Amino acid sequence: MDDIKVNQNPKLGSIDRPNSYIGRSLPRENAKKHLDGGGQFVDDLTLPRMVHVAFLRSPFAHAEIKSIDTKTAKLSDGVIDIFTAKEIDEVCKPWVGVLGHLGEMRSPEQSPLAKKIARWQGEPIAVVIANSRAQAEDALELIEVDWLEKDAQVDMETALDPNAVIIHPELGNNLFWTRTVNQGDVDKAFKEADAVVETTLDFARHTGVTLESRGIVADWNKAENKMTIYHNGQAPHMMQHIIAKHLDLNEGLVRIISRDVGGSFGIKVHVYPDEMAVTAISKKLGRPVKFIADRLESFTTDIHARCHKISGKLGVDKNGKILAMEIDDLSGIGPFSMYPRTSAIETNQVLNLSGAPYVIPNYKAVGTVVFQNKTPMCQYRAVGHPIAVAITEALIDKAAYKIGMDLDKIRKINFIPDNSYPNKSPSGVPLEDLSHQASMDKLLEIMDIEKFETKKKDDYQKGILSGYGVISMCEVTNPSPLFYGVGGAHISSQDGASIRLEGSGAIHLSSSITEQGQGTEAIMKQIAADQLGVKLESVRVTLGDTDATPYGGGTWASRGAGIGGEAVLKAARKLKDNILNIAAAIMQTDKESLDIEDNNVVRKNGGEGISLQKLAETVYYRGHEIPKGTNPELLATASFLIEGIPFVFTNSAMGCQVSIDQDTGIIKINKFWAVEDCGTQINPKLVEEQIRGGVIQGIGGALFEECVYDDQGNMQNATMADYLVPMAYEMPDIIVDHVTTNSGRSIIGAKGAGEAGTGGAPAVIMNAINNALKQVGAEVISQPITPEKVLKALGKI
Amino acid sequence: MAANNTLSISFTVNGEKFNNVNVPSRQHLADFLRSQGFTGTHLGCEQGACGACTIEMDGKAVRSCLVLASQANGSDLKTVEGFDDKMMEQVKQSFLKHNAFQCGFCSPGMLMTTKEILLSKKKLTRDEIRSEISGNYCRCTGYQSIVDAIEECINEVN
Ligand code: FES
Ligand code: FES
Repeated sequence: MDDIKVNQNPKLGSIDRPNSYIGRSLPRENAKKHLDGGGQFVDDLTLPRMVHVAFLRSPFAHAEIKSIDTKTAKLSDGVIDIFTAKEIDEVCKPWVGVLGHLGEMRSPEQSPLAKKIARWQGEPIAVVIANSRAQAEDALELIEVDWLEKDAQVDMETALDPNAVIIHPELGNNLFWTRTVNQGDVDKAFKEADAVVETTLDFARHTGVTLESRGIVADWNKAENKMTIYHNGQAPHMMQHIIAKHLDLNEGLVRIISRDVGGSFGIKVHVYPDEMAVTAISKKLGRPVKFIADRLESFTTDIHARCHKISGKLGVDKNGKILAMEIDDLSGIGPFSMYPRTSAIETNQVLNLSGAPYVIPNYKAVGTVVFQNKTPMCQYRAVGHPIAVAITEALIDKAAYKIGMDLDKIRKINFIPDNSYPNKSPSGVPLEDLSHQASMDKLLEIMDIEKFETKKKDDYQKGILSGYGVISMCEVTNPSPLFYGVGGAHISSQDGASIRLEGSGAIHLSSSITEQGQGTEAIMKQIAADQLGVKLESVRVTLGDTDATPYGGGTWASRGAGIGGEAVLKAARKLKDNILNIAAAIMQTDKESLDIEDNNVVRKNGGEGISLQKLAETVYYRGHEIPKGTNPELLATASFLIEGIPFVFTNSAMGCQVSIDQDTGIIKINKFWAVEDCGTQINPKLVEEQIRGGVIQGIGGALFEECVYDDQGNMQNATMADYLVPMAYEMPDIIVDHVTTNSGRSIIGAKGAGEAGTGGAPAVIMNAINNALKQVGAEVISQPITPEKVLKALGKI
Repeated sequence: MAANNTLSISFTVNGEKFNNVNVPSRQHLADFLRSQGFTGTHLGCEQGACGACTIEMDGKAVRSCLVLASQANGSDLKTVEGFDDKMMEQVKQSFLKHNAFQCGFCSPGMLMTTKEILLSKKKLTRDEIRSEISGNYCRCTGYQSIVDAIEECINEVN
């Protein structure tokens, strides 16, 4: 790793002092275990008397279960038992995926196993428990189900039609949720506009495709009344609450352990029916139960994302100033709203974030969310952002083309000025500490778009269509209680850190933030060592265990560094203060004359100090030697919460340059640039890797990924060979740069950086492609932008 | 039932001898290795598409999800736990330096593919490296850091 170091935050002291680790690209020594095959993923765990399960899942998108006969299957080798909804419901109460803070949401009760009706292909209806997964799968084939297939409501666009199939008759129609935002007077403004442009974009469903699939081992210990869950999730304390609530257990006696997690991206933060069934089975049998989703199960039961059709309209005056924007978004979420975060959030983000970088005095947004017979849809990396950013930036490009203005210039004259924060988005969301102007300037500097104008012309002569795009966006990070807690969800918006000096002189840190590969452990270590004044290697970290870490929200919505990191900083400062107090008493001097460097308490003016090891030995083993009345605590705990604002936003500017083969329709992304302002970077290399990984997932959505369904609601490409994910060959190198505006909400000043790439890439790629296609009067409006769609746009097929 | 047939096989894993071990005839090699505690071999798709389960069998990279355990009879197997020679230690240092993994789930397979690239002694361009690792799926990194690490290894080995 290059030794990039960035001194970005005066509140943290000089980067050149001893043990300054914040702002340095240090390698993740703790993660080397993965290169030695020493990770501890859920499937690596084997417990005594552990049994395995396989789920019988609905082969139909919509069907009545007339009867289930498990008699023969129960006699199959190695089978311990087979349960249907009846048995599971005895121990697990149903849930409802609605929250109270966003207006009326309507979603019916959902249980681990479907009772009379299956509503998506893949919904679990029975579960075989056996000595091995293979034996459980053998028995699945012997279960006899009498199905009555029903018409399925697959298409979201007809879900509210009078003759639609009503998925939940008790609700009367297929509407889950709707919201309208109305600021100013769009109709009047459109009349006054010199140019009005419109477009409609659609975004296919895609999914997370974590390489490690969802997995859980539930271990009910009757003797202790204790449920231990090994789970590859993102939010252990949320799961603790939910499992206790629905299985009627003492919440304090539910322990969630999340060790190594093979990627999550939001997929693993939801409550899944099959995982709840596993906990119920363990409770019933009093044995450890393991479930690891296979890839087919991942594709048909991991939450899907996107599935939007959005139309938009933008009005500008002749100078390019935006006067009004209007959007109307439709989204299909499958048959249930997911629990406990609901499936309304993606659409809500679309309404909140569209137009967010710009001054738009009149703004109207309508979102409609409907049920359909497909896999449930919910929050995945960059929730709602790709749709919001793509519609905004597509309209802005169109307006620029219409009035004959440069693509960068139209953005620059409409940005909310960097010096005008705190400010508000067009939808009314509070914004602060953003830098669209500086970030776009930086992007243009590193990207040099003039060059691409020339290249475009040269390429055109050669028969190649090339084009470029630039975009700006806001990314939701570091959420406050106003995200979920206010709506009634038991999801902590606060995170805690606990840090101690041990008898050996070692530092132990625990945090409620979890690790799925982002580098949580590494940055927590860097913050703790930096703030305490100790060597990095003297800090060890515990994460992902509700019995061993402070209470908190976990890792989602890019909150680890900004919220969890601030808690670590505060705890480390407290511990330092305690240590210096004790040292001052022992050394008979005043605290202000002391500091900690390289694991030693030192006198600022020189002279003999004391090592932390010696100090700890004195405190723990010879406490009688410290002066009476000295606080002997070598342990400090702190927590942090974003207050007074719904989220801390990050902003990004992105650019890319593409070329299109007119004969094959194949798009090549030649180069991609991202400028991110995430405030303090604790480890710049890890920030860059978050951005790169995010961009690649955004490219996946823009060009390749789609859960393809037929008219009956059967998923057609539920294998890793058929569902196209980005592989190394098609991916470009990504140039990352930064502008630094620290968040004023914390000392550490860090905002999130995990999602901008995924949120912005689809917009800039689509704009670049359309910039290229424009030369021949063509346009694409549907993602993924496949070669076939390009050829269609070119009139070749 | 065929499902219960077992076969007795002998082989080595990372130099350790396994003599006359009974394996279910239908079990794939990855499941078998994992059942023996070699959990560094990961499963991402079980159909040969993701590369996570790639191990070395008699000097060649194979997808252990596509090989039956019984086919390993008489073979020398090497899994990520056994990648401890000088060259592989260097590769690991390079992966660490470039942060060529995030969650680490793809790493065992990526390391095996890297090993094959290095043993081939080919001097590859970045594009060629990308093409060589295109049978290994990584959802986290975006691949650039992996290409950086492999590029550095190629330069050092040659
Ligand atoms: S698990 Fe073998 S290639 Fe994916
Ligand atoms: S590091 Fe997570 S899949 Fe590659």
